[in-house]
Amino acid sequence: MAGVRRPVPRSVQLRLDVADRVDHLPGQHYVVRLTAPDGYTAQRSYSVASAPGDPLVELFVERLDDGEVSTHLADVVEPGDELEVRGPIGGWFVWDGATPALLVAGGVGVVPFVSMVRTAAELGRTDLLRVAVSTRTLAELAYADELAAAGALVVTTREPHGIRPAGRLAPADLVPLWEPGQTCYVCGSAAFAEAASQLLLGLGVPATSIRVERFGPNG
Amino acid sequence: MAGPTRGFLGRRRDRDPRLPPGQYDVGADWPVLTAEPTPRIVPETWSVTVDGRVGSPTTWTWAEVHRLPRSEYRGAIHCVTTWSRFDTWFAGVSVDTLLEAARPTDEARFVVATSKTGYTTNLPLEHVLGGKAWLVWEHDGRPLPVEHGGPVRLLVPHLYFWKSAKWVTRLTLLTRDQPGFWEQNGYHDLGDPWRQQRYQGD
Repeated sequence: MAGVRRPVPRSVQLRLDVADRVDHLPGQHYVVRLTAPDGYTAQRSYSVASAPGDPLVELFVERLDDGEVSTHLADVVEPGDELEVRGPIGGWFVWDGATPALLVAGGVGVVPFVSMVRTAAELGRTDLLRVAVSTRTLAELAYADELAAAGALVVTTREPHGIRPAGRLAPADLVPLWEPGQTCYVCGSAAFAEAASQLLLGLGVPATSIRVERFGPNG
Repeated sequence: MAGPTRGFLGRRRDRDPRLPPGQYDVGADWPVLTAEPTPRIVPETWSVTVDGRVGSPTTWTWAEVHRLPRSEYRGAIHCVTTWSRFDTWFAGVSVDTLLEAARPTDEARFVVATSKTGYTTNLPLEHVLGGKAWLVWEHDGRPLPVEHGGPVRLLVPHLYFWKSAKWVTRLTLLTRDQPGFWEQNGYHDLGDPWRQQRYQGD
């Protein structure tokens, strides 16, 4: 564990120095496995936030109060600790670095998109990505400054944001971002992912162009 | 295998023996995990076809499949994302019943299940025979909700739940294995939770 930061409440950013690492594709995840002294194990998957060119693997983990793994990562882990990880994993929810894409995130669902945005910057192809993010409040949004710098549309559901009142992501938000030929990636809670993908279908996005990653306290 | 993680004791000391390694009991929740938008399917226009290496390729409509002998599953389901859910109750028809009608040929060894969305998953034929697999349209006595694969999903509860294709419309029998959606994307070909066959190489 090379670095542990807590830039937003109830979450933790982990920077891992992974021996013999295989480069990931933006959107892929790692499995973190914890082992108790008696051999009991618990493991969960977490999306990678870093770009492949980063010498470290960066994970961003939301702390769930009843989460067996996330509470350990958020409360106990310190730099210098060794963690058992496995990855990169997943071949579907990945961006190839060449296809135009619309990224729609709810809350901590931004993490795989941070990896995509950083990868686009590495490749000099930030023009390929459009980003829309829904968060309860700005203070709770991971990577808020980085996303804003990348031109992301940020919608806040529990407080006004700029001239916009509190409210959910609406079709009018996505219309200016969507173009035919884009692959749409949706990442968030099960409820957010369902609502956002139905929103995209309503705009006329073909179902085959929509890739969904759902997560939740139990996922 | 790595040694103990510093400071980690784990929470669950009295593990339910029904819980495969690396899984936890999710309780009454039933998480929704899919890779594509939820389709809207009207039961009256749904049908399921069994084809490929069979003597009698057969299609059943919603009404026809309900006239087949009812079969139920009561027990656990296990998701590769590490949750398990106990005491589930599903009802529908046994895959055995469909295959008795379609009559797999001698060279049939594998099955690919296809969903309305285009999602696919592959299974060795012996893993859907002998009372191990169902097409289900009822959960806890009520119609299977669309987000959980309704109107009809495949149910293969002895394997990780991605094998239980939602919104299933076709079972195709094959002579050779043909990896499905997740199986092409890094997940294990069989997916036995008791052997923790989560990813390729497990």
